This record gives sequence, structure tokens and C-alpha cells, in this order.
Amino acid sequence: MKRATQSTETPQIGRSVPRLESWLKVTGRAEYVHNLRLPGMLYGRIFRSTVAHGRIKRVDVAAAQAVPGVYRVITSKEVREIVPEPYYGPAFHDQPILAIDKVRHVGEPVAVVLASDPHVAEEAVHLVTAEYEELPAVYDEVEAMSSKAIVHDALKPAGTFPDLKHLKGRTNTNVALDFHLRRGNPETAFKGAHRVFEHRFRTQQVMHTPLEPLVSVAESTESSLTIHTASQSPSFVRIEVARLLGWPENRIRVRVPFLGGGFGAKLYIKLEALVSVLSLLTKRPVKISLTMEEQFFTITKHASTFRIKSGVSQDGRIVARECEVWWNGGAYADIGPRVTQKSGFTAPGPYDIEHVAIDSYALYTNLPPAGALRGFGIPQLVWAYEGHTDMMARELGIDPIEFRRKNLLRDGRPQATGTVMRDAAIEKVLERLEVLMDWKSRHDKGTGTIKKGRGIAIGFKACVSPTTSLAAVNVNADGSCIVYCSTADMGQGSDTAMAQIAGEVLHLAAESVTVVHSDTDVTPYDMATLGSRSLFHMGNAVKLAAEDALKKLNQLRSELQLPADCPVPDIFKKKYGMQAGNVIGTGSYIPTYKSPDANGLTDNATPFWMVGGSGVELEVDTETGRVRVTRLVNVADVGTPINPRIVETQLSGAAIMQLGFTLHEKMEFDAQGQLRNASLAEYKIPGLLDLPEIITNEAVVAEQRTGPFGGKGVGETGTFGVSPAIANAIHDAVGVRLTELPLKPEDVWEKLR
Amino acid sequence: MRREIHFRLNGEAVSAQVAPHESLVEVLQESFGLYGARESCGQGLCGCCTVLVNGRAVSGCLYLATLAEGFEIQTIENGKELDAVQQAFIETGGLQCGFCTPGFVLMTRQLLDEHPDPDDDTIRHYLSGNLCRCAAYPEIIEAVKLAARTRRKA
Repeated sequence: MKRATQSTETPQIGRSVPRLESWLKVTGRAEYVHNLRLPGMLYGRIFRSTVAHGRIKRVDVAAAQAVPGVYRVITSKEVREIVPEPYYGPAFHDQPILAIDKVRHVGEPVAVVLASDPHVAEEAVHLVTAEYEELPAVYDEVEAMSSKAIVHDALKPAGTFPDLKHLKGRTNTNVALDFHLRRGNPETAFKGAHRVFEHRFRTQQVMHTPLEPLVSVAESTESSLTIHTASQSPSFVRIEVARLLGWPENRIRVRVPFLGGGFGAKLYIKLEALVSVLSLLTKRPVKISLTMEEQFFTITKHASTFRIKSGVSQDGRIVARECEVWWNGGAYADIGPRVTQKSGFTAPGPYDIEHVAIDSYALYTNLPPAGALRGFGIPQLVWAYEGHTDMMARELGIDPIEFRRKNLLRDGRPQATGTVMRDAAIEKVLERLEVLMDWKSRHDKGTGTIKKGRGIAIGFKACVSPTTSLAAVNVNADGSCIVYCSTADMGQGSDTAMAQIAGEVLHLAAESVTVVHSDTDVTPYDMATLGSRSLFHMGNAVKLAAEDALKKLNQLRSELQLPADCPVPDIFKKKYGMQAGNVIGTGSYIPTYKSPDANGLTDNATPFWMVGGSGVELEVDTETGRVRVTRLVNVADVGTPINPRIVETQLSGAAIMQLGFTLHEKMEFDAQGQLRNASLAEYKIPGLLDLPEIITNEAVVAEQRTGPFGGKGVGETGTFGVSPAIANAIHDAVGVRLTELPLKPEDVWEKLR
Repeated sequence: MRREIHFRLNGEAVSAQVAPHESLVEVLQESFGLYGARESCGQGLCGCCTVLVNGRAVSGCLYLATLAEGFEIQTIENGKELDAVQQAFIETGGLQCGFCTPGFVLMTRQLLDEHPDPDDDTIRHYLSGNLCRCAAYPEIIEAVKLAARTRRKA
């Protein structure tokens, strides 16, 4: 690959540098775990539960074991020889490496067949049989609150989070976290309100669908373990596998090359604990690659129900709001309790409301586990509060943008938690949406059976806090630079952004900077690549590390009595007599944070706010109910865009993904908790034919003063407003209000009748 | 069970021992270390496994390797220099995670061979069998148009 190596004074920030790994990706040579083969490697195929909730009476592996070429078949019994307490999870230690005693959802891993030939393992896995004593199951998040079907006999919080400690050992409940916030006096405020509106919204369970399905490989010796994994959180994988094995962190190495998409699917522990144990049991390298179908049983996005109630004064001000949200976490908590709390913070939306009550519940059910998916719960909330906002504006006869503007949460005002808004361009985002949508001009309502409508929605998010990132920046004797960081580049362009940040500090072209991929033996700790946190947290750490390296270079210059503009190679030559040595700068970044008090209030909920809005123009065919989005406008506050082109691709990519969650995607379960559409043939993700004709993206002029060079995260922002903007536009077109995702033509059609 | 097949791979005569159930993608990966065509959906719906057989794009995860006997196979790894299509994908930023990119590049070449100056509608329909979950679709359309312009000038 051709790369510029000369130093430059050109600003690196704000340059649309093509991704550093472009050549590798367009020639098919980028490294993914998918490609990895190791000598003597065994392939694992997973035998999965066929019932949603049941006691395991018997697992028979004899027929599978007898297939020629099968190396070994493993169940939880063998797992416990290596790990006596094989339960993992970031919030609760609730998920067994292989099912123990009970299964809690259809598709839960029960046994693994190992063979050198994956086809042999595949054939043999069909010969494993199991018998279950079926137990009553619960699937609905609201029913789970009071259901007699209890998914976990006793709750086992991981101990990492203070707000989960009170749940330890609790029995007879499916509630894996309840977050409550009380601000002002909502009860009294509702009584004094001129009008009160109450609505209920639902979202469906969907799946991330990274095109590189989850994949992990482990290799081991008697005292060490190397895990090659498509993971967004290598540091967490190391710490959690170390905990399970009772090993120190330094005996476990986690390597992550490029990811073929992530979107939150590849966080925490997925296959890593399983392949580790299998490798330790067999003393062979072991690889497990999920099929697309298996991904649906592994990690998903929370279905949710949201009851929202607002009191409005005579002059159109929202004076009180009550939010009750139930999150369907599936059989294992994964990061659901954090979704429940962190998104709970912003459930009332970007509005200045004096009296607020929020109750947000994470529920266990007998569905595949739910975690974080591009928004950490925010798209579910915006779906509800922006539909609600629109419905109220219509009822009150106020223009929807006017109604929002009247109630908008402005910079310097406290948000529901009490945290004061800073560097959150909510007003600007609304303003630019209005302009780009040409909102004030007369609007074509369509003719005949094709009706036209338009709608907007805005949302915001508090970045998850507190989280830590560390980085190192190495300047070699020739002046070239290497960045060490554990951020995973899953397509969001983090390698390029980090190179731009280091390059800006060290006056190097971003193209000349090398970014070393996560390797826990080499790259320092990072909480994870999630929640749009990396550009801000890791970006700050890389900037600090580069500044530290620069400071050390300048110290060397003065120690060696070299002029301030002495080229870097000459410093090393003078110091070591030849091209030798290096300078390593380090940086670590953790923002300040204050945990919410008993009322859910805190004056420091987040290090930065993300703001996004969407505007939609669409057509509804009144004869079929079919909706065609003709124009999609996405506006966001991303601070200063570090790489404008990548920022735009992130914004529109997120919006198009959310378009899929709005119009097409839904995991369809039957009454027994069986998933009916676990394949791309029946679960449709957006393709080129689903694109709106016109897509416009805009980053408003803004600056995140605490971010690296004014920047902040953008990966999720484009998702926020899409779903409610479409529902609002459908309402505008045909007067029909849908409150449950996805927005299916048959539902529009039925409501029209 | 295994038998030897002979075919041309990226311009070179090669042979491989293949089992009757093995797909072309598996053989490319296991026998030749070529990973640019990759299985994702396993149903021929996403285009990540695209390979050219006698110049036509096929889903390599569904194409049995034994059928390639005597044929000309081309993969994304073919060619030393970047062509106009690959350069256009880089320039327009028509890729994110890169997992689907080889399939898009190969299909775009075939599209431009048939339609040197495609309009948006033609592009959308022709590439509708390739999925990009990162949804870099607007940039991909831009890349196809840029590549078309470059190729027409050449």
C-alpha cells in the first residue's frame, strides 16, 4: 500500500482522509477472525435448546461421539472441570458457558461437537438429543413483571455496578434492574395541567446482523491462553475470562483484527468463554463461527413497551411527564440493566420539563438475550416520546416544530437528571431540520390513492459514563508513529480518526501513522468500543499520549541542545549515535461522573450529549398501505467532524439501518417462543432498493469543548429520529397513527379501513 | 470421496482435492488461502461470497467446487493494480467494515461491462443482491458512477 511518509503542517482534523485500510478492504485482504486457521484446529458446532424454558433431563451425545472424525462432544459437565462456576456477564453472572440444569430460551447452547472437519461436526451435532421437562415461559416484557414464570431462580449481580447490588440473591422476580427518577412534583403538576395526554408505544425485537457472524478462536498451553475474536471489547474479554479461570490477566491474550460489522452484537462475552474452555479441555486450537441463523439466538435488541403521559399548560408548555418503560432483556441480562438505567436518564426527551417521573425496568423473559444495538436503548425511547410529542401537537393544533421549539431543552438548562446541558446543539438541530425540510413552504398532500406526508423527530443521548480509555503513542527513530489502542475498527473508521488525532499533534499525515489493532498483550486497556464513546474517550487518550510523546521529544531536544525545530530523526541520531531508540507517550482518560441519588438525580450524568434529528417525506398507497420514503434528512450535532466524509457515512448508515428497524425487520416468535424467521431470506435487512431517493445528511456547526479537537461520537446519532419521523409522516399523509414497530403495510391498510 | 479437479484461478492453471459437498468458497479459502470471497448468510442472498465463474458472478457459498472443473475462476484477489472500480470505492468512501466490499466490487465490474453509463435505477437493481449492513449505499452508488466515468474516459 502506498502511504505518504513526509511530515506535514497541514491540519489533519477536518480532512476527509480515505480510511487507512481502504486498500486492504477493496482487495479482500483485510484481516478478520473469519479468515483465521491454526494448525491442528478443531471446529465446534453448537447443539441448541429446542424449548424456551425447561429442566434438562437428559442430553445424549453417544451417537454424535460415534461419528467418524468427531474429536469430542462437550456438555456443561466437562465445562465445570475447567470452570467450576461457569457463569458470565457484564451486569449479572447469569449466563452459563453451556446450559446447566435448565434452558431459558430456544437456541440456548447445550452441547458442542468438535471435529477437524466442520462438516463432520455439523453432521454429528444433528445426532445429539436432549429431553426437557418443559416449564411455563414468559415472553412479554410487561407480563414478566408479574408472571409466575420465573426465568432465574435467584439473581446474581456481577458486583461491578452499585445500582445492582440490592438485587443480589433476590428470588421470585424477573426484574433485573429498576431505575426510578423523581424530579419536582409530577402528581400535583398533572392535576394543575390544562390537558393530559397518555400513549403507549412498543418496539419489536430485532437483530444486529453483522455480515461477519460472531466468531472466536482460542489456543492454549498449560499456562496461557490466546483468544482471537471478533470483539468490540477485548479488555473486558480478558478480565472476564481471567475471572472465570481464576487466572491473572497476563496469562490471557486477546487479539482483535478488523470486525465485519458489530453494532453492539460483539460486546462482552459471546463465544470467547466457550472456545477458551474447549481449547483448555482438548489442548487444541478451537474455532467457532456462528451461522447467520445462530446469530439470532445469540444477541438481539430489546423489544420494549413505553407508557408516556404528559401534562400541558394552556399556553402549550409541557409541565409534567411520566415515563414507564419495560425492556425485554430475554433470558440473560447481558448489558440490559445498563441500557435500562442510562437510557432511563433521557426517557422524557430533549424537552425542558419541570416535573418528571421515570420508571424503567429491565426484565428477564424466555427469548434470546438482548443487549446494546446502535443507540443503547435510545431509539426505542425516541420512537415513543417523539410520536407522543407529535400526537399532542396535532391535538393542540400547534405546528409540530413550533410545539417542540416551545418546549425545547436549551443549553445551560438542567435535563431530567439535573445535569445541565452543555455543548448540545438541540436548538440548531431542530432549526436546520426545519430549513432542510423546507417546512414553512406549502406541502404537497398527494392525489388519488397516493397520499404524501412529512414528519420530523429529534432525540438525544447521554453517553454512557464513567468509562476508561488508555493509549500509547510511539515515535520511532525515523520520526514515524505508531498508535496503540484497544478500540476495535468495525467499520466506523476509528483507525483513521485516531491516526488523524495523533497526526494533528505530531504534525504527521494521518496516512503515515500506523494504528495497532487490539492485542491485550500490547495495547492498553479500553472499556469497549460501544455507545459512540471511542472518538471522545479514546480520542482524548490518544491526544494525551501524542502530547506526552511530543513533550518528551521536546525535552530531548533541549537536553541535547538541539534547536526547537530540529527534525525528529536528528534527535534520535544525536542521542543514540545512529537510527535507534524510540519515544513512547501515554495517555489515559476517564471523565468525571456522579452516580444518581435515591431520586435518580445527578448533576453529572454524562461527559457529552449526542443530538440527532430526522425529517421524512413519504408516500402512502391507500389501496395497499405501502409506505415509500422519498426523502430522508438527517441532522446531527457531532461536535467538530474529525473526518467529515466518514462522519456522513456513519450518519446515513445509521439512519438506513434504523429504516430497516422501522419498516421491515422483526424477529417473529410463535406462542412457544420459537423464532420463525432466523435467516436473511425471511428477515429482511435494507438493500439498495429500500433506499429513499434522496438522503441528505448534515452535521450542524458545533463544538464539543471537552472532546479531542472539538469532536465527539457519531456512530449512533443517525438512528435517533428515523422511526418516529416516519410514523409522524404517515399520520400526516393519511391520518393514521401507528404505535408499534415495524410499520407494516397491512397495519396501515387496516387502520385506513 | 475426494477427487482432483483442475481449473484456472485468477489466470493460473491450478488443481485441488475437493469433496463433493464442498463449496467454491471453502476450496478457495482452504486450498488457496484466498479469503476475499466469504460466507455470510449462507443462502446466496448477501453477495459476500461473490466469485466470477467463466466471467459471470455466482454465489460462491452455494456453488459446488467440483462444478468448477475446467472453468475459469476469478476472485477479488485477481490483478496486481487497483482498477477503476476499486479506486472509486476508496475515493468515495463506499465501504465501512469491508466484509461485503469484494462482492460489491466484482458485481460493479460486471454491471459496468454491461452498462457503461448506468443510471441510479439500473445501479440499484443490478446491485440489489449485495447487502451492506453498514449501509454505505449512497457512497456505493457514487462509487459506481465515478468508476463508470473513469472507465469511459480510459
